[in-house]
Parts: sequence; structure tokens; C-alpha cells
Amino acid sequence: MIGMTEQVILQVKDLKLHFPVTKGLLRKKVADVKAVDGVTFDLIKNETLGLVGESGCGKTTIGRCILRHYQPTSGQIIFDGEDITKTSRNDLRKTRKKMAIIFQDPYSSMNPRTSAGTIVAEPMRIHKMYNSNAEYNNRVIELFKMVGLDPSMIGRYPHEFSGGQRQRIVVARALACEPDLIVCDEPISALDVSIQAQIINLLKELQQSIDGLSYLFIAHDLSVVRHVSDRVAVMYLGRIVEITRSHALYKNPLHPYTRSLLSAIPIPDPFVEEMREEIILEGEVPSPLNPPAGCSFHPRCFMATPDCAKGVPPLRDVGDDHKVACFRV
Amino acid sequence: MINKQTTEEVVFTEAPPQVSEWRRLRRVFLGRTSVAVGAAIMVLVLLTALFAPLLAPHDPYLVGTTSPLAQPSREHLLGSDTLGRDTLSRLIYGSRTALMVGFVTVTIAAVIGVTLGLIAGYLGGIPYTLIMRIIDTIMCFPMLLLALVIAAILGGGLQNVIIALSFAMIPGYARVTCAMTLSVRENDYVIASQLMGASDGYTVIRHILPNIMQPLLVMVTMQLGSLILAEASLSFLGIGIEPPGAAWGAMVSDGYRYLLKSPILSFAPGVAIMLTVFAFNMVGDGLRDALDPRLRGLL
Amino acid sequence: MAEILQVNNLVTQFNTEAGLVKAVDGLSFHIKEQEIISIVGESGCGKSVSCLSVMQLVRPPGKIVEGEVLFQDKNLLEYEANDSEMRAIRGADIAMIFQEPMTSLNPVLTIGHQLSEMLIKHENFSKEDALKRVVELMELVGIPDAENRVNAYPHQFSGGMRQRVMIAMALSCNPKVLIADEPTTALDVTTQAQLLKLMTDLVQRLHTSLIIVTHNLGLVARYAERIYVMYAGRVIESGTTKEIFANPRHPYTLGLLRCVPRLDDEEGRKLEPIDGLPPNLINMPPTCAFMPRCSRKQDVCRREPWPALEEVSEGHFVSCYVKSQEKAR
Repeated sequence: MIGMTEQVILQVKDLKLHFPVTKGLLRKKVADVKAVDGVTFDLIKNETLGLVGESGCGKTTIGRCILRHYQPTSGQIIFDGEDITKTSRNDLRKTRKKMAIIFQDPYSSMNPRTSAGTIVAEPMRIHKMYNSNAEYNNRVIELFKMVGLDPSMIGRYPHEFSGGQRQRIVVARALACEPDLIVCDEPISALDVSIQAQIINLLKELQQSIDGLSYLFIAHDLSVVRHVSDRVAVMYLGRIVEITRSHALYKNPLHPYTRSLLSAIPIPDPFVEEMREEIILEGEVPSPLNPPAGCSFHPRCFMATPDCAKGVPPLRDVGDDHKVACFRV
Repeated sequence: MINKQTTEEVVFTEAPPQVSEWRRLRRVFLGRTSVAVGAAIMVLVLLTALFAPLLAPHDPYLVGTTSPLAQPSREHLLGSDTLGRDTLSRLIYGSRTALMVGFVTVTIAAVIGVTLGLIAGYLGGIPYTLIMRIIDTIMCFPMLLLALVIAAILGGGLQNVIIALSFAMIPGYARVTCAMTLSVRENDYVIASQLMGASDGYTVIRHILPNIMQPLLVMVTMQLGSLILAEASLSFLGIGIEPPGAAWGAMVSDGYRYLLKSPILSFAPGVAIMLTVFAFNMVGDGLRDALDPRLRGLL
Repeated sequence: MAEILQVNNLVTQFNTEAGLVKAVDGLSFHIKEQEIISIVGESGCGKSVSCLSVMQLVRPPGKIVEGEVLFQDKNLLEYEANDSEMRAIRGADIAMIFQEPMTSLNPVLTIGHQLSEMLIKHENFSKEDALKRVVELMELVGIPDAENRVNAYPHQFSGGMRQRVMIAMALSCNPKVLIADEPTTALDVTTQAQLLKLMTDLVQRLHTSLIIVTHNLGLVARYAERIYVMYAGRVIESGTTKEIFANPRHPYTLGLLRCVPRLDDEEGRKLEPIDGLPPNLINMPPTCAFMPRCSRKQDVCRREPWPALEEVSEGHFVSCYVKSQEKAR
């Protein structure tokens, strides 16, 4: 349960990231791609917040903004009480020690020319956490055990591991500096079905055993996000359209986009499938370069009225920790 | 307990067993005749250069060991040149010049070119535009012409030939390095390193450079061949190695006036150039095939 | 209804430098007219190679070693891969849709050109008639503004639209059987739902049989009438979708069902991952390939060779000595 007294580790306030589109020799700005357009959410200590949406909705961009891989156009990112959007590059080092990332592709997230042990030790060496090689080595062994890898494999190279094992190495690297926040960017979508559950369970077990570890879990698969997260934020074209506790999402979805997204995901059970409502959306996600006026979902929305084109619906609280951005609900 | 995959049946792994790079290297080098022959010639040339004083039957600079333009004989296997110097000995010493110019030039050009390429590719933005536009401008001139002009300005001699050729080759390395850096930079492990708080220098040396080394190695080998050819061309045109230094290009040039009377004078260094260039190209070819991940499994 | 395509004891092997890979090892399946079946399995289980074998599109070092592919009482494997008759069947009678719509289209030719090519080649259309038919086809698969977009190039289409073009291409010669190999894996969930709805509607209207090859159990539950579960190059369980999901008898099928998160999961459900890794298919032991990962294995599994498929109830076949009795949930 999430109460007001719990400690907020990350606060994102009205975050915007606009990529300028330039033209010609003089790089004249002709338009903005509003990749993230006014996103606000909190992440509480020990919590997992799921960020879900289709490609181009800005979920990955938000993750990269929080890690300051991208410099946000405006808005605040308050991590551990400090606004990190204006932190200088030097001071950022300290913040980065407390944040980590897990990528989608376990093949490209490790340097193929370094051994697994070196990969896991890298963040600790960058932050000079220990004084001797033996200390680093002991910590790497400890991390290997934590993620369920045999410490005898420390000397092996990435290509000698399977996809699932590689993702465990990446998890170990993310845990190395004892971070408060791990941004998981589609951490399982490149893995085989039977391996995905291993990584999901690993992430959940780690969170239970490590005090104060929070996840921002970014994925396109709503059933996975719902399973892993305490709360889920659904995104569409750079904005959050609905945010609620994950078990309420399937039982009581309010936003029409959330409803169609849920409907689009089949449940592996033919008996349940027979009874589900089917909402097939028309058309495709519009380009963020030229988003529709008003509510950006209205051209595809089965509940839209002409008024929906007139203004952007605010994300309003409907009670019970449930917020939705729609005029019609 | 999460880990069970290492306990019982370790025979099952998802990734197919990898063939080690050494094994592939060996197979490519021994399996393809042209590459094997090239490698053999390369080793031969290297040994010749290394042990030139032991191998050469005469002093290559000594004038008048026999009559000028002597025909091949037991004493002088390839005859002698216009000054009566032993052709075989000069040929053997010429390999030193060729390789010296080749290796030193490639090293200088690679170090400077790779550094520029890394800076441009990794930083992007203004450094990229600045460096790459200058490189593009230099590349407008054919490499040999550029080297020729520089050598003509600086004057001949081993040192100036090396400077001229190095300068002409820097753009190639910068270009290739920059392109590879741009693609390696997009890998998640580079981003991860940046997000861990690593400095730019650390990221470049740790993560980018090792992953572009192999293609660079192939390029270096291939270019050794063309460098030897370029040096020979400069020497042939008379703005390369100055007499009495032994250089294959100069020997071809000296000999071709007597082509009818004593064809071996031009022919022997010509063949030496051809074989050496061929050898380096073949070895480079073999290296490329052995190291190319796209050909993995096919060779 | 009669069987339109029947595959018997198909064996396809790849002779690689690391050893002999039995990608498909004695596969049998059939599909009736107008039926929708699904071949389910993880990556590397041989499902894609099976499809390519049926089409005789296996490239060296792959080789079809034995088996029969009976299509309308003709054994397709008796034709050479490049026979004119085989080419006439491929594309016209049996069509295929691939996962990656990017690489399946030639980037330098217009969509209209590529679609009409098949019609001119297989159905002897004139150029004008072909173009008219192409516009019809594009409207059929829901490409808006078809009249103008015939002259567009592939890069001007989104991923979903490209896959629609592929569906149009596959359906252009009214095939009897359509094989869709992971047709929507690269696409967003709402696009995936659109396309599968489109495909299943179209095959019904055109009286085509459809084989959906996928790793996604949800899609199977929603669309397929019958399924074949593949593991390490063989079918390990087959039957009607409802029967398999209600009474999975093979421990692998059961494991697959239990390791995926579902949208309608109760709060706090723990996923049960399948231990270990998928096999690598090189130098496989003669015993059941799933045995090393199986939590229900008994002495007989270690001793005896891979069991043959056995009918446990009408139309429900399973290849297992132990045969689990548990429900998926």
C-alpha cells in the first residue's frame, strides 16, 4: 500500500523533452518533436512503477531523462531531495552512483571484449569504491551469487553466456554500487518466453531482499508490467493518460486508450478469451511531430466527442490512488 | 534458489559452442591458398629485411664490384647496375627501405588518424564537423598526388617520404575510425558506461577502441601494401629515397633505361614490389575474412 | 473437412562446423481446409525452419533429409526447390508472411510494382489489370488512400502498414494455405491486434487455411483452433487449443503456461520459471530433449529414448512417459 508518509525517492514534475527538428545549412529550427510533454509522477522507496505504452510514446525517453542521458527541455527531476536537471556534470557522478539501468538487449549492453567479472566490477571501479583488487573480486563474487550465477564463470566473456545469463550479469552490474533506483528498460523483451520468468522473479526477489531499492520498469507488454509493478502509468504520445495501482488497472481501467490496450493483449486462456470485449483501435499512433490538437488520442478514440479536440485533458485524481486524463470519464 | 542451470546438465547451453578466433584465423590462413602464399611471402620479406646484412652477398653500396651492367653470373646472381653494384644485394637491402617506410608511415598515420577519428566520432557536434570537413578537403586530392606534392616541397629523403606519405594517409584512418566510432558509440554498453559516471577518455579507451581494433588491423595490413607501392612510385619519380640508398622504386627507374640491354635490372625490383604488395593484400584479405563476424560460421 | 496440407516425419538438418544441428527432427502435422492452427515454441525450437522446409526455402548448410510434404495429394519434396512447379505452388498456393516486414520488401521498388509482380507472374494478369487488382487488395487489407499509395515506396510506410502490404502480397494469388511466421512480433500490441483480426477475417472470407507460428501463447489462445507445441525440433504435444490449455499433459506445455504473466492474474501470483536453458540442438542425446529441465522426470526418462506421440484423448497427442495431470492454474 502506498501512503503519504512513505519516502519518495524520485519526483518527476512536468517533465518535457522536445527534440528540435532542424532544416537546411543553418540548422534553422522548424518544429519540435515533443517526445515527452508534461509528465508528472512520484516513485516511492521500495516501489516498482511501471511505465507502459507503444513505441514512440516517450517511455524510454523518460528513463533516459531521469538518468540525465538526455537533458530535459523543462521540468524537474527530484532524486533523493535534489533537483538533478541542473546538476553539473561533475556533481552528477555522485548521483549516478545511486542510479543504474538495465537495457533491453543483453547482447549490446556488454562490451564483448571484457570478461563478465570486469563488466560487473566496472561501476565500482569508476567510483573507486574499494582499495584492493581482492575487495573488488569478493564483491563481484557476492554479486554473482546474488543474481544466481556461478562465480566460477567470472572469467568468461559475454558470448559464452546465454541471453538469460547475460541479463543476469547486467543486473549484477546494475546492483554493484547499491543503487536506490534501477531503470529497467524493457529488460525481458529480448529473452525467450521460458527465460523471462526467471529474470522477472530475480528482479522481484532482489527488491524484497535489498532495502530501499526502487524500479522504474519500462515495457510495452502490459501483462508483464502489471505483474512486476506496484503502480502502472500508461503513456500515449508523450503524456501519461492513466496511472493507478496495477491490480486496479485490469479490473477498473478508465481511459479508453488503456481499455483498448488491455483488449489488444490476449490472455493465454481460450476460455477467458471467448468472453472478453474486443476493442480494435482504428489507424496508427500519430507522429509526435504533428500530434492531434486537444486530447492526442481523440482521433482513434471510440468515446470521443468534438469537445475532445478543444483542450488537453489534465491528469486528475479520481480517488483511490487512481489518476486519469480524459474528459469523458 | 534461483540458479539451477549450472547444477545438473551443463551440456545444454543456449548459445552454440563458439569457434575460437585463433582457430578461425589459422583455418583461413592455412585453408585458402592465396592467403597462405601471401603469408609465406610476407614472412620471407620480413626475414630478408631483418637479416639483410647476412643474406646479401656483397655490399649494396660498393661501386664497381664488377663491370657495370654485368649479366647474371654465379658471383652476381642478378648482375649489376650501371655503377657496377650488385643487384641482388641492393634488392635485399631495398626490402629494408620498403618495410621501414611502410611500418613507420602506417604507425604515424594510424596514431594521428585514429585519434582524430575517435574525437570526431565520439564527441560529435562541432568537433565532428570541424575535423571531418578538413579531412574531406584533404581527401579531395588523390593520395599519391598529395604525397608527391608534399615530398616535392620538402625534398626527397627517407624522412620526408615518410612525412609526406603519413600526411596523405591520415584522412583515411580518421574517416574509417570516425564511422566505426559512430556505430560502436550507439551500443548500450557505451551508454551504460557514461551513465555509470565514467569520463569520456575512459569510455573511449575501455569500450570504443578495443571494439574497432580488428577492422583497423585489417586496414593497416592492406595499407602496408599500398604504401610500399606509393614509396616505390615516389622513388621511381625521383623524389623518394635519394641515392645511394637502395629502394626498389628507384632501382626500377634506374634500370628501365637499359630495359633492352639488361632487363633484369628493372624486372627484379618490379617483381619484388609486386610480390610484397600482393602478400600484404592477401594477408589483409585473410585477416578481414577471419575477423569479420558476418562470415563467422561460413569459413 | 479434408486435409489440405500434411507434413509427415520431416527432418531438416544443418551441417555446421560445430556439429550436426537437427533443427527439425521428425515433425508431423496437418491442417484442414479453412482451419487456423498454430505452431508454438521458443526461439530455436525449429518452428521457422519447419515452415521454410514446407516451402523448400531452406538454404545451405540446411538440408531436408527426409519426410513428406503432401499438398493436394502431391509430395512437394519430390520437386526440386527451383522447379517451375514448386515455384508455382510457392506464393500462389502456399504463401508465407515473415516477421520482419522491413527486409521482405525491396526498398527501391514501389509497393504497387512489388504487389503486381506476383499477379503478372503467377496469374497472367496484364499490367493494367494487375494494378487495378493491387488497389483492391490494398483496400482489402485496410491501407487507406490505396489509389495514391500504390506508387509509394516501402520506407514511406510504417511497420504496421508494411506488414499489411505483406498480407496483401501473400493473399494476392488466393493461396490455399497461408503460413504466418511470427507475423506481429516486431509490432506494437494495438497494431498486432489489428493485423491478426484482419488476417483471421480475411482467411475466413477467402477460405484459406492459416498457420500461425508464434511464441506468444496469448495469440494462440485467441486465434487458433488447434495447436502444435514444439520443442527441440519435434512436436511434443498437440490437440485442440481448448483441450491443451485445459489439460496440458506435457510438463513443458504446463511450464510454458505457468511461466507467463497474465493480465487477469491475482495479486501476488508468483511465476514459475522453467529451469535451465533451451537446448542447442547440436549432438543431442537420444533421450527426451526436455528431460534436463523437467521437474517431473523419472528413471524411465533417463533410460528410454524420446517417447513417440501417444493419443491421450481424442485428438490430443503427447510425447511424454510421465504425463502431468496438473492444471495450468
